[in-house]
Amino acid sequence: MKVEGKARIWKNYQKEIPDNDFFYVRSCVRQNFFPGAETTFLRIMKDELGINVYDDPAHTSCTGIGYHADIVPFDTTMTVVARQFALMTEKGFKNMIPSCITSFGLYTEILETWEHHPEVLEKARKYLKEATGRTFEIPENLSHASDVIFKFRHKIAERAKYKLINKYTGKPLRVVEHIGCHYAKMFPSKGVGGAEYPYVLTGMVESFGGEIVDYPERRSCCGFGFRQYLVMANRGYTIANTKKKFDSMDPYKPDCIVTNCPGCPMFLDKGQYAIAELEGRVYGDGKYGIPVLTFEELAGIVLGYDPWDIGLQVHQIPVEPLLDKIGVEYDKSAKYKGIGGRDLGKPQHSKLIKAYIE
Amino acid sequence: MGALYDELAKDIHLQEGLNACINCGTCTAICPAAGFYNYDPRQIADIVQQQDDKQIEELLKSETIWYCGECMSCKTRCPRNNTPGQIIIALRSYAQEHGYFTQSEKGRQQIYLKRTVGQWILDHGYCLYLEGVGTDNHPEQGTIWDWRQDNWTETMDRLGANYQKAGAGAMRKIPEEALEEVRKIFEVTGGMERFRKIEEYSAQKASEMGLEDEEYVKEVYTTNSSQDNK
Ligand code: SF4
Ligand code: SF4
Repeated sequence: MKVEGKARIWKNYQKEIPDNDFFYVRSCVRQNFFPGAETTFLRIMKDELGINVYDDPAHTSCTGIGYHADIVPFDTTMTVVARQFALMTEKGFKNMIPSCITSFGLYTEILETWEHHPEVLEKARKYLKEATGRTFEIPENLSHASDVIFKFRHKIAERAKYKLINKYTGKPLRVVEHIGCHYAKMFPSKGVGGAEYPYVLTGMVESFGGEIVDYPERRSCCGFGFRQYLVMANRGYTIANTKKKFDSMDPYKPDCIVTNCPGCPMFLDKGQYAIAELEGRVYGDGKYGIPVLTFEELAGIVLGYDPWDIGLQVHQIPVEPLLDKIGVEYDKSAKYKGIGGRDLGKPQHSKLIKAYIE
Repeated sequence: MGALYDELAKDIHLQEGLNACINCGTCTAICPAAGFYNYDPRQIADIVQQQDDKQIEELLKSETIWYCGECMSCKTRCPRNNTPGQIIIALRSYAQEHGYFTQSEKGRQQIYLKRTVGQWILDHGYCLYLEGVGTDNHPEQGTIWDWRQDNWTETMDRLGANYQKAGAGAMRKIPEEALEEVRKIFEVTGGMERFRKIEEYSAQKASEMGLEDEEYVKEVYTTNSSQDNK
């Protein structure tokens, strides 16, 4: 069969993704904002796929946000990353999977730098030895956590309880995918499908029964910009860029957004709230907004996991309209409960973006 | 061509990020910062490639170099394989190493980033450590965030995290030996030195502005004179 057009181009960007034995490094952003997503990822790896993933208590932040906020020099960052490689080596692993896209991009950048400048690698070895006494091997494979879900998407689809089909219309749900700038814009050959036709999330969504929405600002940044978001005085940058994406996608009536990077879902979720508060504009149906998911949450939903185990209750934009379209069964009264049904009170709700459950 | 450029050119980000710029403006067309600020990455690449110390020094003192969001969208598109975002990293490093950063409103913000993200890394081993970081400083975080702040540990527990506890898991307490190693790495590789410089230059600037430490940090966090907003 002759492969044409987009399909031909993205075939050039099929990356090697191992099928077992991963050393997992967590994301600072995901742990703070979406801890349930990482829990869900590990659950899928273990319970659904039987994959060996090691979660080392002694690993730390890669310092990536500090590096891209320019307070942490490259030599420091690369040596902290070298320490993660040392932990991986000591535990007998060769495949590393970061949960974070900033980490994934940074690890890739460091590995490329070491390849082009062996003297920098030597410097990293020297620094690490001096600071910690540790030595390290370079990982044989670096994949993002989403790459692994992508690799096993058909297997997940086989085990799935739900499909991304609108139960009221019988049509595929329309999904916006957002892969995050540092996944493939810096090193296109390291991301599934490259920077032009990234396929990592598209592949997942298609295998789970949904349909991808193409729209003009599909590849533009969520607005984070590191220092631009972190400092209040600059935050207009973030919200303006988030708004640019929503204004562009809204006419295509997406049912939800799925994201790759841990930061993007935070900006796309809370950004809708902030835009509503600032301008009175509510995207989507004009009532609830457009639900935003991480890729782990998406996989967890189709596998039939309890939405409150996955962590969908910590999203500002209610996810229930999407759950209802898919036909997910869930217990409304359990949404804001702690372990064992403990009462944690209830959040206040925005006046503009309606609460689905009061 | 000048001592300043020669020093800057030692930075690997500049070596990797700048070949010959043909001034095509493709980077500017795709740049999210250029959509929001009067900011032009093409110009950054062009000024630096001219190797004129005087102009580079102006850049180091300017607001301009602080507008980039380091999204690296420019890397994908440049027909000459330049990365203005990488050139920016080199300029920002230089501006901090040599004290230029306190001469601009945006540059002065580095003290806030150092005291938050930098301190969280050293104290906890995380770039973000958000218990207690509420909607007063982050109103956009919204109402669910308020609820989470009120129930931080309980929601962490509910979602399978291992908050502040020993062992593996999300938001675990990172062992003290691991934190000690990270701090040692910062000491050995110049990370601590960068932090010290940010503190020293900021203290000088605060006293020049007649502000107490706390007032200064608040001032840099909130002041936005919007001079280059589109
Ligand atoms: S890295 Fe900076 S200069 Fe390049 S596109 Fe992003 S914001 Fe613009
Ligand atoms: S895209 Fe590249 S060559 Fe064109 S102006 Fe920007 S840096 Fe220069």
